[in-house]
Amino acid sequence: MNDVEQGQLAFSDVSAVLLGGIAALVCGYVAVVTTDDVMAFHAAVMALAALLAVFYVLSQAFTDLPAETPSGYFDGPIKVATVAAVVWGIAGFLVGDIIAWQMAFPALNFDLPWTSFGRLRPLHTSAVIFAFGGNVLLATSLYVVQRTSQARMPGRWAPWFVVWGYQLFILIAGTGYILGVTQSKEYAEPEWYADLFLTIVWVVYFFVFVGTLARRKEPHIYVANWFYLAFIVTIAMLHIVNNLTVPVSFTATKSYILFAGVQDAMTQWWYGHNAVGFFLTAGFLGIMYYFIPKRVERPVYSYRLSIVHFWTLIFIYIWAGPHHLHYTALPDWAQTLGMTFSIMLWMPSWGGMINGLMTLSGAWDKLRTDPVVRLLVVSVAFYGMSTFEGPLMSIKAVNSLSHYTDWTIGHVHSGALGWVAMVSFGAIYCLVPWLWKRKALYSIRLVEWHFWVSTLGILLYITAMWVSGILQGLMWRAYDRLGFLQYSFIETVEAMKPFYVIRAIGGLLFVLGALIMAYNIWRTIRGDESVDAAEQPLVAAAPELRPVAAQ
Amino acid sequence: MFPKHEVFEKNSIILLIGILIAVSVGGVVQIAPLFWVDSTIEKVSGMRPYSPLELAGRDIYIREGCYNCHSQMIRTLRDEVERYGHYSLAAESMYDHPFQWGSKRTGPDLARVGGKYSNQWHVEHMNNPRAVVPESIMPGYPWLAQRTLDIDTIVDKLKTQAAVGVPYTPEMIEKARVDLLAQINPDSDEAEELLTRYPKAVVAKFDGKPSDAPTELDALIAYMQMLGTLVDFASVDASGPTLR
Repeated sequence: MNDVEQGQLAFSDVSAVLLGGIAALVCGYVAVVTTDDVMAFHAAVMALAALLAVFYVLSQAFTDLPAETPSGYFDGPIKVATVAAVVWGIAGFLVGDIIAWQMAFPALNFDLPWTSFGRLRPLHTSAVIFAFGGNVLLATSLYVVQRTSQARMPGRWAPWFVVWGYQLFILIAGTGYILGVTQSKEYAEPEWYADLFLTIVWVVYFFVFVGTLARRKEPHIYVANWFYLAFIVTIAMLHIVNNLTVPVSFTATKSYILFAGVQDAMTQWWYGHNAVGFFLTAGFLGIMYYFIPKRVERPVYSYRLSIVHFWTLIFIYIWAGPHHLHYTALPDWAQTLGMTFSIMLWMPSWGGMINGLMTLSGAWDKLRTDPVVRLLVVSVAFYGMSTFEGPLMSIKAVNSLSHYTDWTIGHVHSGALGWVAMVSFGAIYCLVPWLWKRKALYSIRLVEWHFWVSTLGILLYITAMWVSGILQGLMWRAYDRLGFLQYSFIETVEAMKPFYVIRAIGGLLFVLGALIMAYNIWRTIRGDESVDAAEQPLVAAAPELRPVAAQ
Repeated sequence: MFPKHEVFEKNSIILLIGILIAVSVGGVVQIAPLFWVDSTIEKVSGMRPYSPLELAGRDIYIREGCYNCHSQMIRTLRDEVERYGHYSLAAESMYDHPFQWGSKRTGPDLARVGGKYSNQWHVEHMNNPRAVVPESIMPGYPWLAQRTLDIDTIVDKLKTQAAVGVPYTPEMIEKARVDLLAQINPDSDEAEELLTRYPKAVVAKFDGKPSDAPTELDALIAYMQMLGTLVDFASVDASGPTLR
């Protein structure tokens, strides 16, 4: 190691210690002076985390870079994010299923603040979207950008800060919800201080990602990285604008959002729909564009289609927000624009689906023989289904029936469970042996079980919600022969009960599937001998361990 | 194929700029005009900022996540207008930081719930919803009646609301604490003064207890009892752009 590199390392260590020390001091000060109990708790947690980071950096200071992996890539933070995704995923699915049972049996709210539906529902949505989905995106994006750029990601501590900082944000946000700290903006509930911290983490993430691109040895930026980059920068823009807020005091958790009423509603659903569009779609399309071709060992179907659908998707998605506000006090021109663009969005969405599915050309047999491929491909099919259902529901006449009902919940879950979670499971099953240098997954038969159990769960879930949603929508607008509304509101609630039970059973199956995955992943990471290695494709092994012919 | 696209694929900064332009247009076109097109928010009479107790109650409504199951937005559809009352106007949420329109009706819309039920009904309903509506699936909120409302932060809250644009006057901010206590003290001079600053505010011992220290339940009921009651619909300009 030469003097320049030695100097860079020392600079990294010193600046990490300094920044951590400042963070610990600021948070410690807030923890002492605040009169807000939750703020005291959160500030103390953050101060403690900063101190731990400082001690860890000091213990490693001025040593050489950690032993390079044979590949030369920086995979430690990716391993953390992968395990975190599995852990948070199970937590998020479980909370979701608990609140599903609460809707069937309200006694399960236990009359306690910390266990009531209103506080647990944001915990569920944030845990699955940001904790599970977010960690999958962190892990896969940092893995993919290094491999497709043939470059190690930059920074000695920055990637670690991104991954652990993100976990800390999740902890602060989640405990906040349970303790009643929320902005009440859906999927943007964390209060101002958690938002500020996430902004810092996200900016560092952006620089790590772009820094890796800048170091690339390939002349072209691979298509998966276009999607990851669009996801990272657009989420930054949405997060900052939607969370513009004024704290009641700098030592209080409470703040008031800058915008009001109709402007706030429009901003929120511009954010909310594009959290779907860029977090849950663009980011996961990045996963599709790397993991499907890799796993089936076929090139992406159409290069031209990727270009066309990338630019049209990101341009059109951002307009779709107002379809959440049909027939409300939002001006008509905005509703019409939102509906028009939502319908147009069908085309680029299906462009992505076709590109993913057709990548299997010549390798369709793998759908039968490799359940990991099946997870990846069925997820794309679900993507196609929910991106057809979405434009349909954005039509004002349809929306007048579907809005405010369970149909929306079913639609969201066909996307979230069918597309986002299934493609994530497929990616995790690929990643774990590749990252931990294993010859195969512990058991491919358990993957088969996982696939069928969760698919059954998803089908129960979405069919129950279609029926209950359409039923409730029709009951709300039903008139009797004398021209009076036929049903009182509570009669429509009563009619939902059987569907809520079916939905909760579907959710339970989905949790069960995730537990099977966790067991399989744990045995694989532990290094246990695979029980059915012979049934697995060669590509299941880490690249270094594949027979030469397979590479 | 598409040789010109190479410029994006070979330069991460150009790709980044391209993405930024593509994702900015929609938001700018849809959001920015709402701040300067005059017809966005109807001209109505009767709208006023929340009284201090109502604002505290609204903060509890937000804290408990009521918006997860209750909308506050009556759509311009015949069945909704017949079920809940006049469709919601943009003006009715012009002081709502943040808005509470909601996205799901597991429970009924609350945009005009004010005055629909008695205070006593709300007390029993919040304590145990199934005591008054046997088929209800709403969680019980018995702790609200037992918790004393935190009133130390109310002045800071009004100041912050004023900072984001709600027209609280210096007098309202100065009297915030007095006004808050007055709203559970019917027939007092302070309550009369409160009504001059916040017309149509409901003054009552909401939770039915004689105490002078308001509970969280007092605040929440005070908030619910004013929802949708402010606008004088006799004077609304019915030619607004959202009328169908």
